[in-house]
Amino acid sequence: MTEVRNELVAKRYAAERRFRFYGAAALTLTALFLAVLLIDVINKGLPAFHEHSVDIEVKVDAADIDPSNLPGGNYDKLVKEAFRAEFPSVTDRTGKKALTALLSTGGADRLREMVIADPAIIGKQVTVPVLLSADADLFLKSMSSDVTSVEGKATLHIARLEGDEGYVLTGDSTGEEAEKQLGIAPGELVRFAGGALRVTGVQNGYLKAEVVFAPDPAITALSPGQWSVLSFAIPESSRRISDQQALWLEQLKQDGRIENSFAWRFFESGDSREPELAGIRGALVGSLLTVAVAILLALPLGIAAAVYLEQFAPKNHWTDLIEVNINNLAAVPSIIFGLLGLAVFLNFFGLPRSAPVVGGLVLALLVLPTIIIASRAALKAVPPSITEAALGVGASKQQAVFQHVLPLALPGIMTGTILGLARAFGETAPLLMIGMVAFIADIPQGFTSAATVLPVQVFLWSDLPELAFRAKTAAAIMVLLVVLFALNAVAIYLRKRFERRW
Amino acid sequence: MFLWTVLLIVLMAGIAYVAGRARASGMVAAGGARLHSLPSYHGLFVAAGAMIGGLALAILAAFVFGAQSFMTPVAAVAGGAIGAAPLYSRSSLDFRARNAFERVVLVVLIACSGVAVLTTVGIVFSVLFETLIFFRAVSPIEFLFGTHWSPNGTPASFGFVPLLAGTLLITVIALVVAGPLGLLSAIYMAEYASPRLRSVLKPVLEILAGIPTVVLGFFAALTVAPLVRFSGESLGLAVASESALAAGLVMGMMIVPLISSLSDDIINAVPQALRDGSYAMGATKSETIKKVVLPAALPGIVSAFMLAISRAIGETMIVVMAAGLAANLTANPFAAVTTITVQIATLLVGDQEFDSPKTLSAFALGFVLFFFTLVLNYIALRIVQKYREQYD
Amino acid sequence: MNAPTAPFQTYITPPHPRALSNGKFKITASGVDVHYGEKHAIKNLSIDIPDRAVSAFIGPSGCGKSTFLRAINRMNDTIPGCRVTGDIEVDKHDIYDPKIDVVQLRAKVGMVFQKPNPFPKSIYENVAYGPRIHGLAKDKTELDQIVEQSLRKAGLWEEVKDRLAQPGTGLSGGQQQRLCIARAIAVNPEVILMDEPCSALDPIATAKIEELIDELRQNYCIVIVTHSMQQAARVSQLTAFFHLGTLVEYGDTDEMFTAPQEKRTQDYITGRFG
Repeated sequence: MTEVRNELVAKRYAAERRFRFYGAAALTLTALFLAVLLIDVINKGLPAFHEHSVDIEVKVDAADIDPSNLPGGNYDKLVKEAFRAEFPSVTDRTGKKALTALLSTGGADRLREMVIADPAIIGKQVTVPVLLSADADLFLKSMSSDVTSVEGKATLHIARLEGDEGYVLTGDSTGEEAEKQLGIAPGELVRFAGGALRVTGVQNGYLKAEVVFAPDPAITALSPGQWSVLSFAIPESSRRISDQQALWLEQLKQDGRIENSFAWRFFESGDSREPELAGIRGALVGSLLTVAVAILLALPLGIAAAVYLEQFAPKNHWTDLIEVNINNLAAVPSIIFGLLGLAVFLNFFGLPRSAPVVGGLVLALLVLPTIIIASRAALKAVPPSITEAALGVGASKQQAVFQHVLPLALPGIMTGTILGLARAFGETAPLLMIGMVAFIADIPQGFTSAATVLPVQVFLWSDLPELAFRAKTAAAIMVLLVVLFALNAVAIYLRKRFERRW
Repeated sequence: MFLWTVLLIVLMAGIAYVAGRARASGMVAAGGARLHSLPSYHGLFVAAGAMIGGLALAILAAFVFGAQSFMTPVAAVAGGAIGAAPLYSRSSLDFRARNAFERVVLVVLIACSGVAVLTTVGIVFSVLFETLIFFRAVSPIEFLFGTHWSPNGTPASFGFVPLLAGTLLITVIALVVAGPLGLLSAIYMAEYASPRLRSVLKPVLEILAGIPTVVLGFFAALTVAPLVRFSGESLGLAVASESALAAGLVMGMMIVPLISSLSDDIINAVPQALRDGSYAMGATKSETIKKVVLPAALPGIVSAFMLAISRAIGETMIVVMAAGLAANLTANPFAAVTTITVQIATLLVGDQEFDSPKTLSAFALGFVLFFFTLVLNYIALRIVQKYREQYD
Repeated sequence: MNAPTAPFQTYITPPHPRALSNGKFKITASGVDVHYGEKHAIKNLSIDIPDRAVSAFIGPSGCGKSTFLRAINRMNDTIPGCRVTGDIEVDKHDIYDPKIDVVQLRAKVGMVFQKPNPFPKSIYENVAYGPRIHGLAKDKTELDQIVEQSLRKAGLWEEVKDRLAQPGTGLSGGQQQRLCIARAIAVNPEVILMDEPCSALDPIATAKIEELIDELRQNYCIVIVTHSMQQAARVSQLTAFFHLGTLVEYGDTDEMFTAPQEKRTQDYITGRFG
């Protein structure tokens, strides 16, 4: 009998466990990658779904608006002036510029809409929510720098130095280590009612500070709780928002003037150079037009080809060639289809660049093999007995196929088509070749107007340096993935619902 | 105009159908005898004539007068009438309208299945044509064996070797990641996972397979690349910000579902009898997998890997976004390299001049890429076919 | 078909079958039930199978004979949803005891399948597979010896000794099946289970396999499932008749075929149903 060799058996079982572990580890790693990818995208993209605006009281001055040309009014000036008027202490040019830089260049759009909707408000005082610029928005979302605000715990003495030397700060016990007493480090901001100072350095136990907002000269001492320390993780020089601007925003926030709302704009507007104004409407419409063309072409062609190859084709060299061709095309890199589109549709046929119709043509050829292969599989799954039954009562082969086999195969064909649709919806590379990569701010009006598509929009935005566009990119990806998951869910539902075991 | 043309052709076909059917029905009512074919087939036959005639003339008119001309819809109507009239008059009691119509349908079906062939022909010609023009300016020897690539330099040089090296480097990294992960995943799913676990794991892989590559490119460029760079630097390595490693890693993850789903199918196709034979000898599961199932599935797995390589070579967005533009000839995974697809994309995005070697070189690269992937796909599909025959 | 009206339970193990004279009971089963999900495939089955003899399981399709055969080396473990209860002992060891190692059990209880299933490897590798995984050979020479002996015992050596490196799948059906028997013998089993080993073979190949089974009986306890009553009569010393998941009758083959105790056995043997 087989001698029992326990140590060998133990080894073999250890190998078994190891192998099993490797398999589980591989799957875990893959799932982990997917999870990290999705979480990363959501984490980056969520902030783009809300935006900040500031409520400004604007006197709609009739002088700036021509009643016969309401859209052409100088709303920008009205809004900016109203905003500046709220900070009377800001008088210098750079200060004013920094102040208006907080508002988006499209900030006055809302006022224009209001006036056009109701010209009666001309000459009156209205409250307008004005969109903040991307930099201000990012600061309020705590994305440009971590900001910590600490309540002052000791009494703070402020003394103004002669000339333009700035200020010195000390605690109660003068002389020694004001830093420790007050808990302030150089670079941080000291904020109190009526002023703000930036600490520049330590000198003889004092803290030297410079003006950010000039304080009331009457203030010489502040008790605990009357002042606070603001510190930024990133120094001012490498921030897109200055200390001054940050303090204005903080103040507006404390006054309850900042409004945080869902960014419908993201779905309602086209592309823009300004991150806070950019939206995906144009790309989404472009995608719909392009994919519509692709599917309207590929579906009938694909089903017809599949029906022929599966039901009518004789077995000869010509059908062999078609088969090999289809299988090969399914694995040809998508960028090659872009070259085809460029050389044939644009250069040879002279179709317009950047047009959804050309994108649709290219994508139709791209997903055609997928649809043919899926349709053939669905047709093949219908048992021959169905055809035989139809033929048996005197139907022609075509009647049998089109009246019996095809309807039964349709759910399978639809599943394959939806998966093809999903592929077309997410495809980028071939569309770059045919010029759908241009900057297009307008919403495309038809199949031949210049357009871009959602994945290309993702590509375009991902290339931009602004941090705000990164959030927009991730948000666009979220929309893209939601659409794709929905399509896949429909496909899975169809498969489950109509699954039939013959 | 386009919409009008289409609508008019459909309208003409509709009229033809009604007319054809009415005529056939009328003959039955008058003569009392039986038609060979149903009246609706007579209608369909005439409608097919209208449609083909209308389409043909409309396309002709579009070429002659331009697509936006009002002549196109006019031609569509005229063509429809010309196509329908003779067929309408042919209608008679013993006319085999169904057979005639079915012949038309069959021709249409054949034409549709020919589109795939036409696509391939179109691809070959579009890249071949421009490539030949390119080779008038740059010799094929210089292109294929040159080790310096700078299409924007003065003088421009078109040595393809660094691109090939970069493509292969990233492909190798991707395969090193995806090979073991994909294969082990497939084995676990096919041999170990319970049906319930399978029903959870399969969608995970399907979701990963369905994620657009532009998304993976974004992730590679903004998350993986900095991570690779950071961990490389903390180990004291010099890592380029657009390292081949980052692009390769993410591309590997992209390929995992491809390899695992193909291998899963192939492993499942290995007959249970072989497994039973091995178990009956007292082999453990892993011994059976390693010594019986995998060797039996080897041809299929090899072809899965070949398809994966072809996919990696042709992948564009991940490398465009995460790999560099500098054509370095290096095997260092931490350095920046560029690939064939990156160059095609950068050369053809933006302004194109079809008389400069710079633009044309993209087509030459496309030709090489098409050739490579075609050969890989063809061999892989052949192997799979042979393998299927073996166990069917 | 005259199926029983009530669940029928038979416990017929001949106390002194003639075949037992040259051995002892190798496999003893009592009160075995096998379920596939909802299906009750084997009902309260008990049987004792002697060593160094060929026992044949006969019965109509779906009677549970193959299921019981697969229960003896726990091949049913690979089928999801299959449950085995009751006692099956090989050499007085309960093989469903959690402490029993399936891998070692199967090395001891080999199996040959209905369709020849050589691995897609060389003839040599097919036979060497078992000894390799179980670590039976110290070196290559010893492995060569095992392979040669096994192929000789399976009566295949003379036919294949010059082409050991060629794939096993290239042999004829009968040769493939003998290769599978050689493969099973190579791990030194004590019991060989054969699940309709000749059903895929032509008569000449079948004759060779039957001859081989008869020789192997000197050293092994052999259990063979067969559809052919002639085959059972030719190769076996004991025959068990299964019907609807129960063992109807079990006894010396010649007695079974000449004077069955049960009416159902007689009906089946004379071809009234099955």
